Amino acid sequence: MRNTRATQLLFEMSKPSCRAVQLPDCDVPMQPVEELLPREAMAPQPPPLPELAEPDIVRHFVNLSTLNMSVDTHFYPLGSCTMKYNPKRNERLASLPGMIDLHPYQPVSQLQGLLELLYRLQQMLVEIAGLPAVSLQPAAGAHGEMTALLVAAAFFRDLGRKRSVVLIPDGAHGTNPASATVAGFRALAVKSTGSGFVDLEDLAAKLDEQTAVLMITNPNTLGIFERHIGQITQMVHDAGGLVYLDGANMNAILGITRPGDFGADLMHYNPHKTFSGPHGGGGPGAGPIAVAEKLAPYLPGPIVVKDAGGYRLDQNGPKSIGRVRSFFGNTGVLIRTYCYLMTHGPDGLRRVAENAVLNANYLLARVKHIVPVPQGDRCMHEFVASGAKLKADRGIAAADVAKRLLDYGFHAPTVYFPLIVREAMMIEPTETESKATLDAFAETLFRITEEDAELLHDAPHTTSISRPDEVQAARNPILCWAAEAKTAP
Amino acid sequence: MPYVPNTPDDRQAMLDAIGVASLDELFEMVPPELRLGRDLNLPAALGELPLSTHMAELAARNTPAGQGVCFLGGGSYDHFIPAVVDFVAGRSEFYTSYTPYQAEASQGNLQALFEYQTLITQLTGMDVSNSSLYDGGSAATEAVMMAMHATRRSGRVVVAESVHPEYREVLATYLANLDTELITVGTPEGTVSPDQVEAAATNQTACVLVQHPNFFGCLEDVESLAEIAHRSGALLVATVDPISLGLLKRPGDYGADIVVAEGQSLGNPMSFGGPYLGIMACREEFVRRMPGRLVGQTTDRRGKRCWVLTLQTREQHIRREKATSNICTNQGLLALRATVYLALMGPTGMRQVGELCLRKARYAAERLCSPAVLSPAFDRPTFKEFAVRAEGRNVEQLLQVAEKAGIFAGVPLGRWYPQLADCLLIAVTEKRTKAEIDRLAELWKTG
Repeated sequence: MRNTRATQLLFEMSKPSCRAVQLPDCDVPMQPVEELLPREAMAPQPPPLPELAEPDIVRHFVNLSTLNMSVDTHFYPLGSCTMKYNPKRNERLASLPGMIDLHPYQPVSQLQGLLELLYRLQQMLVEIAGLPAVSLQPAAGAHGEMTALLVAAAFFRDLGRKRSVVLIPDGAHGTNPASATVAGFRALAVKSTGSGFVDLEDLAAKLDEQTAVLMITNPNTLGIFERHIGQITQMVHDAGGLVYLDGANMNAILGITRPGDFGADLMHYNPHKTFSGPHGGGGPGAGPIAVAEKLAPYLPGPIVVKDAGGYRLDQNGPKSIGRVRSFFGNTGVLIRTYCYLMTHGPDGLRRVAENAVLNANYLLARVKHIVPVPQGDRCMHEFVASGAKLKADRGIAAADVAKRLLDYGFHAPTVYFPLIVREAMMIEPTETESKATLDAFAETLFRITEEDAELLHDAPHTTSISRPDEVQAARNPILCWAAEAKTAP
Repeated sequence: MPYVPNTPDDRQAMLDAIGVASLDELFEMVPPELRLGRDLNLPAALGELPLSTHMAELAARNTPAGQGVCFLGGGSYDHFIPAVVDFVAGRSEFYTSYTPYQAEASQGNLQALFEYQTLITQLTGMDVSNSSLYDGGSAATEAVMMAMHATRRSGRVVVAESVHPEYREVLATYLANLDTELITVGTPEGTVSPDQVEAAATNQTACVLVQHPNFFGCLEDVESLAEIAHRSGALLVATVDPISLGLLKRPGDYGADIVVAEGQSLGNPMSFGGPYLGIMACREEFVRRMPGRLVGQTTDRRGKRCWVLTLQTREQHIRREKATSNICTNQGLLALRATVYLALMGPTGMRQVGELCLRKARYAAERLCSPAVLSPAFDRPTFKEFAVRAEGRNVEQLLQVAEKAGIFAGVPLGRWYPQLADCLLIAVTEKRTKAEIDRLAELWKTG
C-alpha cells in the first residue's frame, strides 16, 4: 500500500509554470522594478526553485511523513533523548494568536500576559533547580552548556583568575567537551570506575588551580545517580572551581533532589526532553540555564523582571556576558514548558520522575537476562545494556538488534553511546509508556536474540530502505539535488 | 498525572517484578541527605480546561502585532504563511520524531531536509547548505567561527555597524573568551564604506561580516565588499533576508563565501522571536568546516536511493572537543516549514513576494516622508524596510498615535544607535495594503 512515488524529490516533480501560492495583485503604483533598484543589485532571473501544484505538494509531504517513526506512532526508547508523549493541549495553547503573533520588538505594555508567563516560568525553573537565577535565552541544551561556560569564564575573569580547564567525565555527552572548546576552554576527561561512577582518585589528581568547571551529568549517561555527588562537588569547590550540571537527565529527579542542593553552581534544562516540548525531527529545543547567586550578574539577558509598573525586560547589565542569540529565546518552546509544568504541579512532577524510574527499572528487570546490563540491577530513568556477549557468541552487533527492532515496530535505543560500554544499547522508556508496551518490547528483544544472525545482519526488512551505505555518503558527499547528479571532489 | 498510562495495579506488578517493596526503594541511590524531602513550591496542577482558560487570559493581555497592521521588522517579519505549511508541520510523524540517527526509521525527515538543503542552495546560489542552525544571530557567529577555522586566521574579524545589532552582540559574546579583535566599521550614511572596510581588513582578518539588505533595509555594495575581503585573504560572510532573494542577486553570484540568514520569513510565525531558523550555506571547499547536521544522498543495500546524516566526523558526538561546533539539536521543524513554504512559492511566488515588498515599501516611504512630516534617514536604495527620521517630533508619540488605531508602526532605532534616537525602522511586507499605508500617513500628518 506504500505510495512508491513518495520518494521522488520535489525537484523531479517540478513542471514549468505550475503554481501553488497566488498572492494578491499589487495595489500600489506599479513602478518598474528596474527604476527602484540598481541594476547590479538585481538577479537576472528568479531563483531556480521547483514549480509545483498545491495538491502534489501536500501528497508529497504527507507520504514522506509516513516514512518516519515518531512518538505518536511508535515506542521510541532512544536513550538520553527522553522521547515522552507530547501533549496536544500544549500545541494548541502555544499557538493561540495572542502568543504566536507577537513581534519581538513590541513594547512591553503590549506583552504583559506573555511576560507574566515567562516570569512565572523563570521562578518555576529556579525552584526545580534549587538555584536562584535563570536565563531563558539559550536555544538548545548544547547552547545552554556553552552559555553557562561563558558565564563561568566571565566570573573568573572578574575575580582576576585565569582558569583554563574544564573537566568532563568520559561518559559525558559529546556536546560537553565541544561546548568547552567553543567557550575557549581546554577539555580534560575524568575517568569512570568500572561501575560507571566518576573515579574520585582521577578527579582529585586532575583538580588544580587551572580547573574552572567540572561538567557532570547526574544521573549520568548510564542512568546511575552519582552516589558521591556531595563529595565530588565539595572537591571541586575546595579547588576553587565551579560545578556544572548537564540537565539532560532531569526527568529522573524532578521533585526528588535538586542540582543546587547537591552542589551544582550552574545547569541547563532540556525542555524538549524533560518538559515534553516536541523534538520536531531534530529541534527546536530550548536550553534555559539556572545559576548560583554569585553568577547571576553574568547571565545573558533579556530577563523578565517584575516591578510596580508590571513586567518588563531587563537587558544585559554591566557584568552580563551579553546575548547568545537574537531576540528573547525559543519562546514557543518555553510556552509549552509552562503548560507542561502547570499541568503537573509539584505532585505531578514528582510522579513523572517516579514513573520514569519505575518504567526503566521494570524494563531493566525484564531485559537483563537477554542482554546484560553491566551497571547492575538498578537504574534511574534509563539504563545501558551491553551486546558484547551477543557479539562474541553469535556475531550479532548492537546495530543489528537496533535495526531488527524497527521491523517489529519499535524505534531503536541509542546505540554505541556511552563510549565506555561495549556494544552499548541505551534504553530510556519514559513515564508515558504502559507496562504492556514495555512487555512487548522485552519479548521482542528476546525473540530477536534467538533469530538467525544472517537475518539480523540484513535487517531491517520491512522499512522503505535498509542499511544505507554511510561510507559512500561520506566519501562522495551529495548534499543537494542537481539535474545531473553532481558530486563533491 | 495525565500522561502516565499505568494503573496502580500495573505499578504494583512492576514493583513485584523488580523485587522491591516500594517506589521509594528505587531511589535509594539518591543519598537521603540530598533529597528534597518536601514538595516543590510550584503552582497546583491545572486540568486541561482550567489551563486553557488561564492561557486564554494570559493571551488576552497581549496585543499581537500579527493580528493588527504590522510594520515591525528588524529581523522578524509579518509575512503570509500558507495553510499547507501549518498542515504539514502539524503531522505528528514529523513533529514527534527526533534527529534521524536511524536512517531507516527517518527517511521522511531525511528526505525533507535534503530538499531543504537543495532549496537553500537554489535560493542563495551557494554550493552547500546545512540542515539548519538555531537562528540568524547565532548562525552569523557560527559563520565567523567557521571562517576563522577555514582561513586559519583568528586575529581579527571586521563587521559593519549596519549588521543587526543583536547579531553583533552575539558575536561579541562568543568572542569574549577568545583572543580575537572585533572591529566594527561605522555606517553613518546607512551603508558601510568599502574604503573603510579595506582599511580595516588586515592579513590577519578571518572575515568581513555584512548584512544585505542591511539592518536599515539599505542595499550594501556587496560586490566591492567581496572583492576587498578576498584581496586581504579574508572571507565574505553575508547575512541576508531570504525573502529578498526572489529579486536580488544571489550571494553566490556576488562572491560571498558563507551565507547565513534568519529563516523566520519562510513560513514561520513571529512567535516573539523564537523558535526561529538559522540558515547557513557555503562554498564547497568549506563544507568540512561547517557546523550542524548535513544530510547526504546514498544507496541502501538493495541499491535504492536514500538519505543519511553524513560527514558526522565534524560533529560533537564523534569528535567531542575537536568538533567544528557544539551544535547538536537544530531547528528541524522550522526547516521543514521553510521547505514547504519554498515549494509552495516556487520561483514565480518568490519573485512576486519580493516585488510586492519592494513596491509597497517604496510607496510607504514616499507617502510617509511627504510632505515633510518625516524624512528618509538615509539616501540609499532599500528593499522592504527603511529608516525614517522624525525631525522635531517625538518618536514615542508617533508610535502611540498609530497604536490607538491598531497600527504597529515601527521599531525605534535609538535603543541601538544613539545617533538615530529620532528614527524609526519601518518594514512593509506583502500583507500590507495601500489603504493601511495611507491610513498611517494620514494619522501622522495630523497627529
